[in-house]
Amino acid sequence: MVTSVTSLGRNGLYDWLIQRVSAVVIAVYVIGMVGYLICNSDLDYATWSAFMGSVPMRIANTLMLFSVAAHTWIGLWSVTTDYLTSLTFGKAATSVRLVGQMAIALLLLVYILWGLLTIWGGA
Amino acid sequence: MKVSIYRYNPDTDREPTMKEYEVDTQGKDLMVLDILALVKEQDESLAYRRSCREGVCGSDGMNINGKNGLACITPLSEVAPGVKEGKKPLVLRPLPGLPVIRDLVVDMGVFYEQYEKVQPYLQNDQPAPAIERLQTPEDRAKLDGLYECILCACCSTSCPSFWWNPEKFLGPAALLQSYRFLADSRDNATEERLSRLDDPFSLFRCHGIMNCVSVCPKGLNPTRAIGHIRSMLLERGV
Ligand code: SF4
Ligand code: SF4
Ligand code: FES
Repeated sequence: MVTSVTSLGRNGLYDWLIQRVSAVVIAVYVIGMVGYLICNSDLDYATWSAFMGSVPMRIANTLMLFSVAAHTWIGLWSVTTDYLTSLTFGKAATSVRLVGQMAIALLLLVYILWGLLTIWGGA
Repeated sequence: MKVSIYRYNPDTDREPTMKEYEVDTQGKDLMVLDILALVKEQDESLAYRRSCREGVCGSDGMNINGKNGLACITPLSEVAPGVKEGKKPLVLRPLPGLPVIRDLVVDMGVFYEQYEKVQPYLQNDQPAPAIERLQTPEDRAKLDGLYECILCACCSTSCPSFWWNPEKFLGPAALLQSYRFLADSRDNATEERLSRLDDPFSLFRCHGIMNCVSVCPKGLNPTRAIGHIRSMLLERGV
């Protein structure tokens, strides 16, 4: 049985909402980016760099970064609490799950910090 | 025709086995439960539950060629093409995800515990009127598609979310009953009921897989009921 609750919103409703909102952000970003790339097929480094360096794009990238991290965390948290349980791991389940969740959290944390540095670092 | 049945007696068997039987249906489109009766004539040791044999008691839920259903109202012709004609075997297993007591009989304990958690009875703290609490026909109509559940467990035991977390995720059957009381105009414990559902497991483990809808022998739609509860939680929470 899964007992340790380590969800993001600590409440099913907020997790669910964050999941939907972040999905919308990711969808809009991806569609926008694909649109931009299609319209600018002869893209060179200077244009790309100026585009990504603009403040609106930095904000969009930051939003995207946090959305991906939150979405991944909630999704993978669900997966770990579905599959890394006593049904598959017996008594070791809680430790296995916690280690798994910590690895995911650490990875996402590094990803966020690295992302923020990339987006805002050159400012 | 060939019938293959899951057999397991925890007192004598080390592990479950599938046992083959040969049954003569005389070409008739019998119900799966009739086939079980014919098998039982050959082999008295076979254990299964049944009572009403007409789809109202909910005791003979089982997994029939991979799909949960009530044996008593599932004709051979509906199991899979070729089963009635004897070209394909009929394969019977217990409901998935629950501990097997013996053969096709499962321990429904955790299923009933989840049912109990939704407090499936009317709660109203207003003084009771002299005769009874009346309901308009419109309010009564809101309970259609909810009250008909016979607690056969076909839905919950086909739900992957229930398989993985049967103690924490209420499962489609209990959630359908939860909404049955949330939707009842005579019940005013809405807030208490909702407050018990907004953790990450009880309701939100439902990922809309809709296995529950496809197996319910009464044609009910737990996924829709879960959606209604989610909207109520959303309205309450934001
Ligand atoms: S909702 Fe349908 S499948 Fe589920 S327990 Fe009730 S009658 Fe059975
Ligand atoms: S819709 Fe929800 S309750 Fe129904 S089978 Fe899917 S996850 Fe389970
Ligand atoms: S025997 Fe009662 S539902 Fe099948």
